[in-house]
Amino acid sequence: MIEARGLTKVYGGRTAVDGIDFRVEPGLVTGFLGPNGAGKSTTMRMVLGLDLPSAGSVTVDGRRYQGTVWPLHEVGALLDARAVHPGRSAYNHLRSLAAANGIARGRVDEVLDLVGLASVARRRVGGFSLGMSQRLGIAGALLGDPGTLLFDEPVNGLDPDGILWIRTLMRKLAAEGRTVLVSSHLMSEMALTADHLLVIGRGRLLADTPLAELIARHSAERVEVRASDPQRMAADLRAAGAEVTVEPDGRLGVAGLDSVQIGELAAARGHVLHQLHDVTASLEEAYFRLTGASVEYRAPQPVAQESRAA
Amino acid sequence: MSAQSGGAQSGSAQPASGRGLGVRFRATAGSEWIKFRSLRSGPASLLAAAVLVLVGAWLLTWGYRSDWGRMSAADRTSFDPVYTSLRGIELAQLLVGALGVTTVTGEYTSGLVRGTFVATPQRVQVLAVQAAVFTAVVWTWCTALSFAALLLGQGLLTGPVPHVGLGDPGVLTAAFGGGLYLTLVGLFGLFTGLLVRRTPAALAVLFGILTVAPLIASMLPGRLGANLAEFIPGSAGEQAWKLPHTGPYTLGPWQGLGVLAACVAATAAAGLVLLRRRDV
Repeated sequence: MIEARGLTKVYGGRTAVDGIDFRVEPGLVTGFLGPNGAGKSTTMRMVLGLDLPSAGSVTVDGRRYQGTVWPLHEVGALLDARAVHPGRSAYNHLRSLAAANGIARGRVDEVLDLVGLASVARRRVGGFSLGMSQRLGIAGALLGDPGTLLFDEPVNGLDPDGILWIRTLMRKLAAEGRTVLVSSHLMSEMALTADHLLVIGRGRLLADTPLAELIARHSAERVEVRASDPQRMAADLRAAGAEVTVEPDGRLGVAGLDSVQIGELAAARGHVLHQLHDVTASLEEAYFRLTGASVEYRAPQPVAQESRAA
Repeated sequence: MSAQSGGAQSGSAQPASGRGLGVRFRATAGSEWIKFRSLRSGPASLLAAAVLVLVGAWLLTWGYRSDWGRMSAADRTSFDPVYTSLRGIELAQLLVGALGVTTVTGEYTSGLVRGTFVATPQRVQVLAVQAAVFTAVVWTWCTALSFAALLLGQGLLTGPVPHVGLGDPGVLTAAFGGGLYLTLVGLFGLFTGLLVRRTPAALAVLFGILTVAPLIASMLPGRLGANLAEFIPGSAGEQAWKLPHTGPYTLGPWQGLGVLAACVAATAAAGLVLLRRRDV
């Protein structure tokens, strides 16, 4: 379990992480979601004792990371896949990490097999693709068979095969009872992988909630209706207290009544319905509602929001 | 745990013994030794340093022997057979110093240092062990080089040219002094790298102090320049592998090495204090 209390990081007057509190529970994949520059990586570096908090504290299983004697047995981390010496082979890179924590050589071969790099283990990592580097970073995180795992943007640079692999791996690690914290700015990926979400924007925690609840809470439930006579249908719906928008093609967007009520109303008034379906919001919509005000770097036109409507 | 990620809990991933500073230190040392061994730059730099030291000894002693008859009386009196044999060190120190710098900055510029400190959060211990591994390797190699260059040089200085044996006063000290000097220069580079953390800047600082500072001192007016020059770390350290010791204060070999060692210690102290405080 990872626990942060009032965790704050200030870099030369700029607050990167602004007094956040959270708990990352074991047995779940917790997604750490936020725009670029929101403070995700800074938070992870503070968990690992690389950056020292300006205020507050963060612990793993109740202990500060810096005080751990054999940390790789408790925490595994993938921070930056390119953070390896390009002149060293994958095998020797992992061997040096293993040796630092008294991990046997055999385990290095095990994790190389596990991530599918056994055949290139003796090659210098300078020639690795980003996807191969990500796999090497994940191998390093798994070396000590730790109960807590942190992955910073793990699917960057992976091909669809690799993305599926890491998704399955993270679900499996959580199912084994481990604590798994995964940062990403890719909502589609989080929607598929995470059970629980921490949403961060401009260094502040915007949400700490189960994935399904976040979507439910921040989405406007709508029902889409096609009827033979849209105008009369719209009038009847409004009379029943619904908010109705009429699209140029005659589609009706209805809020305030659910599909059961709309169906019964249509039957009672003798409408012919061609289509009636619930529109559930995506994680993406919920996310934009939450972070709308806290995006650090934005194009003059909110491009992302427009493309989502398409 | 699972078949996929497991196996480790059954014992293979557990350290031999849970606690104890000695066990922790040995693990860090093992890791740093693998890191040193698994890069080409270490052996390559040391091999190149050997070539410079030995070729330097051969060229200089051979040159003096063939010119001896044409040299002035003053030049003959000030001739130092030890210094002449060991002057390859002046070039080799650039390689050994750069190796020290990149030992640390290579980790910072690649970002590997984060992985290192995630595996071993005891940062000062990591740097102490890194310096110890560096010292063990570089001192052994460079001391051997220093002896080899001295013996090669004395073997070539024949006939009328003065030459010495290891048993003569101060010669054994100079032979060890050459190896110690190179080791201290390497450590100076290592800790400068720790302070500055960027390869080009650290190299500029190190070589500025070793090679440019003496030039600046020589431009200063009157005795000020001469007095200062003797305490510039590089020039002071050179006393370790010279026979006659001149200069206003006539620093001896050990005093000269002491000045250099003090500079290394001060750089190390500053670097280690910052290491504990800075984010990586």
